[in-house]
Amino acid sequence: MDGVALLTIFVLSIFVGYEVVAKVSTILHTPLMSGANAIHGIVLIGGIIVLGSADGALEIVLATLAVFLGAVNLVGGFVVTDRMLEMFKPRKSADDVEGGSR
Amino acid sequence: MNTPTWAQLVNLAVAVLFILSLKGLSSPKTARLGTGLGALGALIATVVLFFTGIELNNFALIIGAILAGSLVGWFSARRVKMTAMPQLVALFNGVGGGAAGLVAVVEYLHLGGEGSALFSLFTVVTIIIGSVAFSGSIVTYLKLQEIMTTRPVVLPAGKWITILVALGTIASAVWLFVDPQMWVVLLLSVLALAFGVLFVLPVGGADVPIVISLLNACTGLAVAASGYVLDNVLLLIAGTLVGASGTLLTSLMAKAMGRPLTSTLFGAFSGTTQGGSATGEERPVRSGGPGDIAIMLGYANKVILVPGYGLAVAQAQSTLRELADLLTARGIEVDYAIHPVAGRMPGHMNVLLAEASVPYEQLKEMEEINPEFSSTDVVLVVGANDVVNPAARTDKSAPIYGMPILDVDQAQQVVFLKRSMRPGFAGIENELLYDPKTTMLFGDAKDSLTKVVSSLKTM
Repeated sequence: MDGVALLTIFVLSIFVGYEVVAKVSTILHTPLMSGANAIHGIVLIGGIIVLGSADGALEIVLATLAVFLGAVNLVGGFVVTDRMLEMFKPRKSADDVEGGSR
Repeated sequence: MNTPTWAQLVNLAVAVLFILSLKGLSSPKTARLGTGLGALGALIATVVLFFTGIELNNFALIIGAILAGSLVGWFSARRVKMTAMPQLVALFNGVGGGAAGLVAVVEYLHLGGEGSALFSLFTVVTIIIGSVAFSGSIVTYLKLQEIMTTRPVVLPAGKWITILVALGTIASAVWLFVDPQMWVVLLLSVLALAFGVLFVLPVGGADVPIVISLLNACTGLAVAASGYVLDNVLLLIAGTLVGASGTLLTSLMAKAMGRPLTSTLFGAFSGTTQGGSATGEERPVRSGGPGDIAIMLGYANKVILVPGYGLAVAQAQSTLRELADLLTARGIEVDYAIHPVAGRMPGHMNVLLAEASVPYEQLKEMEEINPEFSSTDVVLVVGANDVVNPAARTDKSAPIYGMPILDVDQAQQVVFLKRSMRPGFAGIENELLYDPKTTMLFGDAKDSLTKVVSSLKTM
């Protein structure tokens, strides 16, 4: 793709990224950071692309490491985010009970 | 590389999923859905990649590395204690930055320096930012895990070393343009890694979350730049989204802590954060037994609980809730005061208390609760220190100066449950501990709370 098209996508993505999280509440700062952290784990596919065409020992070792680290970031990131948000679940049911019993 | 049209359309759908994911994560109701959408997008993008006709020379290695990485990521995320979660996020962020840097290095080596100036530029950018995010995150991990000191580390002439390394990084980047040598790529990586370490070392413990968030945004940008390098639009979009939202999040966090970002990052450089350190001299404090504390709490009209990281470490959230329930049953007004960075990160304490099913409406944020302290009989501070330290208001030399704090000192009486007189994460003395209206109960938070609860039951 040509440079201008990429630049266009880049600039528009900045605005989208900025706007979608603009109204986040303080409680969710940590989960949001963690979720964003998981999303950049998509660098995994970059690792797969370079490993797929790598030749020579140095390239292969470095690219394999890239795939490994990318997978850790991607999978671990989403799992830990979900675990954080899991903690908020009992709170909701507690709220429901709250309305009825107290 | 020519990606088939259908695959480009799938990537567009994945990009939309990522945007919806971030959107979902910014509201409590949709946050889990947001995580799911993001994970779904990532899964689709990865599976589809194998069918787009890219070269797959080292297929077994690719599959093996994905499986190994996924397992490591999965298990460390499942196993981690919620209290240690911030450093795990820092670590995940670091490895992502490392991956982006490695991708750019391999691609550069592969093309042997042949490529447009623009290609070289983005390669260099990816390597630098990725490496800084990697080594910087490792240092934040070591700080949060308390493997190394949480106080700002200021090397002798550290400022000059850092400037020198930064100049060296830039020089080797320029060198690459003039004379594409393979070993210069490696030199560039090493210098950028060193810069990442030097950049984070002087940051004080309390400011570490902000730096993690900043490095998170950096990794996003590195991934975006690697999208240019590989001519991959999805990497570009996903990386940019994270870079932009991460930057905004960083400034929101800095604002919540009342710290201008520049003073967080460069405060230690200017050497102004050396003051307010623990003096170590013996001064009299008033300490009481669990029975005394139970009486103070049991005959109060209004009690505010201030939970801190020490509570979480002692796993005493449920015991604290039990105490709150007992007091409520006696007709006492009980609230929890949650500082924006209680725990180790914004929102961390909310997560920890939600785990112990503390009713959400009893959790009061700082702005809401601060006017209440002056009409409060007893404030019970459990395992918190820096977030109630009046030095943040008065002592200009303190590393936490300017951070908004809970105005605990306005209350009639203050009770601290602490393990020792040791200073908090920011490493500074808290004058409030020596105040005549303060009572200390030393010991493990869970232990102390259990004793207070049982004394209260007999009353």
